[in-house]
Amino acid sequence: MRLLACLLALWFAAPAAAQDSMPPAPWAYRQLDDPAQEARAQALMETLRCLKCQSQSIADSDAPMAGDMRSQVRQRIAAGEDPEAIRSWLIERYGDYVSYTPRLTSLTWPLFAMPLVLLALVMLLLRRRLRKGDSA
Amino acid sequence: MIAELGLAALWLAASLAALQLLAGALAVAGKGGDMAGLVRPAAVVQGLLALMSFAALILLFARTDLSVLLVATNSHSAKPLVFKIAGAWGNHEGSMLLWVTVMGLAGGFVALIDRRLPERTMLATLAAQAFVSLGFYGFLLMSSNPFARLDPAAAEGAGLNPLLQDIGLAFHPPTLYLGYVGLSVAFSFAVGALITREVGPLFARAMRPWVLGAWIFLTLGITAGSYWAYYELGWGGWWFWDPVENASLMPWLAATALLHSVSVLASRDALRTWTVMLGVVAFSMSMIGTFLVRSGILTSVHAFAVDPERGAFILVLLAIYIGGALVLFGLNAASISEGKRFSVVSREGALVVNNVMLSAILGVVLFGTLYPLVTEAFDTRVSVGPPYFNPVSAVFFVPMALVLMAGPLLRWRQDNAGRLGRPLIIAALAMMAALLAFVLLGGGGTLALIGFVLAGGLAAASVMPLKGRNLRRTPLAVWGMVVAHFGVAVALAGMACESAFSVEKLVAVRIGESVVVGPWRVVLRGVEPVAGPNWTALEADMTASYQDSATVAVRPQARSFWSPPQQTSEAALVTHRFGQLYAVLGEAAEGGRWQLRLWWKPFVTLIWLGGLLIALGGLLALTSRVAFDMRRGFARRRIVMRREDTGR
Repeated sequence: MRLLACLLALWFAAPAAAQDSMPPAPWAYRQLDDPAQEARAQALMETLRCLKCQSQSIADSDAPMAGDMRSQVRQRIAAGEDPEAIRSWLIERYGDYVSYTPRLTSLTWPLFAMPLVLLALVMLLLRRRLRKGDSA
Repeated sequence: MIAELGLAALWLAASLAALQLLAGALAVAGKGGDMAGLVRPAAVVQGLLALMSFAALILLFARTDLSVLLVATNSHSAKPLVFKIAGAWGNHEGSMLLWVTVMGLAGGFVALIDRRLPERTMLATLAAQAFVSLGFYGFLLMSSNPFARLDPAAAEGAGLNPLLQDIGLAFHPPTLYLGYVGLSVAFSFAVGALITREVGPLFARAMRPWVLGAWIFLTLGITAGSYWAYYELGWGGWWFWDPVENASLMPWLAATALLHSVSVLASRDALRTWTVMLGVVAFSMSMIGTFLVRSGILTSVHAFAVDPERGAFILVLLAIYIGGALVLFGLNAASISEGKRFSVVSREGALVVNNVMLSAILGVVLFGTLYPLVTEAFDTRVSVGPPYFNPVSAVFFVPMALVLMAGPLLRWRQDNAGRLGRPLIIAALAMMAALLAFVLLGGGGTLALIGFVLAGGLAAASVMPLKGRNLRRTPLAVWGMVVAHFGVAVALAGMACESAFSVEKLVAVRIGESVVVGPWRVVLRGVEPVAGPNWTALEADMTASYQDSATVAVRPQARSFWSPPQQTSEAALVTHRFGQLYAVLGEAAEGGRWQLRLWWKPFVTLIWLGGLLIALGGLLALTSRVAFDMRRGFARRRIVMRREDTGR
């Protein structure tokens, strides 16, 4: 009975699965043979956004598109490309959204200024708080 | 009938909140006359009515009453009972009802037991609590009625997102909500104290148990959520800096700062305005978090309710409450004095560093989470993720962790840094040992290195307040502090190890072949179909052995749910003394092979063990405070009784 339910479910699931039935890209679920290259690819993949998922990197996703991107990254790393060059190429294709590392642009500079402002504020607050106390 | 009763109870609760607000406000203004006597009973009854309403919703879900719209859109008759019940809060309306219920109960509880504060401050506090509740009642009744009927009734429900059909996640949202809403009490105390300008140790002692309690739940909620993401999403990541994760982290950061400053206020009568400010900020962060999640404004893994209209409603509430509290702060803070002074080298000084750094990290997380919204207004979508948050928050975390090593050893008010020579040398030695171990084990990554070294120093320094004490007579509160700080070291070590020493293997193997992952040898013996109540799955039959010791069974599944149709992968975890083996079954590949994803993650469990220790530390501190208050309460009553006896 259980097996029958299984088979039935698989039967009904088949049309839904058909969309994804293209075999995944060659390097989507396969590591590069050279550990140093694979480490470089992994580090890059962890900072690229999976565009089909919501808040996962392509290194954390089952989405077919993330698989294709992993395959691209691994092939390009294996061909000796620089990780940052690959990032730029992806940004050119998909926009800034694809990279979890924000670039410094006219629109994103506050992201980089904010920590400095906070740092200055922290210094100021600590000096005021602690020096005032000192005089007591 | 049950749905109508639930709705009626909700309306009644809302009107009692209005009464509580009105009576409280009049009494504080000195015009209420006998109205003041209404405030406490109204708060208690309001809490009970909200509870009734929530109980009605749970009953509807347990019975899968498909004539109720919410049940029909979020449940399914074929779900296991525990997930039917959890479904009651696994959606927008139900979770908001849970929110007002917890808030009402908390208010009722304060009204029932707290007799420490001056009565006028108490009334102002309860009025503030009612004011906040009223907004959320309005939100529920106007735009998110959980009891709306569906006519004709649906034949079958639409089901619950399979990712949520997990026992850990069933209890993750209520845990976080208890934390969020516990902070509402701290907020109300802060507002009450701002109105009557009575900020002092009494106020801090009344507020502290609520802050501690809320903080414990937040810690547990975040820890559980992180572990859920780790095993359920199937790739071994445990923190994504996802907007919804940040939404729970921000109140936690604020509550952690508040927790420390409130203890300064309670024991030393210093940092008065700062504590009140943090009380306002902590709950504001809870509301912002709820807004981010519930409005779906930042679509993310967790945002199940995507509805801009509701977002607008919550935004207005946010503006009223946060804006109102800040205006009140601006008007009245100047007339609240700073409190007692202290020197740089003192316990207070160290706690100021803790507060300022935590606030800065909070600023970073808030800014990084919201900034993509700003750029979207300019038609550019950007992503802010781990490569931004990790190093930037580390800038503020590192000095805080260094100060944390010395802080608990310092005396209040004024101390001499020279006294700490020996403990600090020990901490420095521990850090050097950690550095050496990290290099020898071949770890990589700057942040992981920093984290590992700090963890070593912290682990050694955190237990030093116990030195020279009789352990059996050491107050529970000190134990709480030691355990929580040690927990920080443990969690930090886990994070560093996971990032530096994890081994990953992605392979396609035939049945009978084996794979080596770090010290493990894993054999794929077969793949079989299995079925659950509302899913079918392919299950891999694998065995694993650690360095040729006895084999253990490993059975990851690739599940297909049919209502709603969705695929999930259920990872199989083997917990070993030195870490976890993490196995996932992927798809079938050519030539009768199966895709497998395997990780060996040394000491990864320390992350959540550390989280639990931190919460345990909080629990010890809370127990000690509550026990102290109860003893004092008994003593006071006995004195009163004796006086009455002698008076006769």
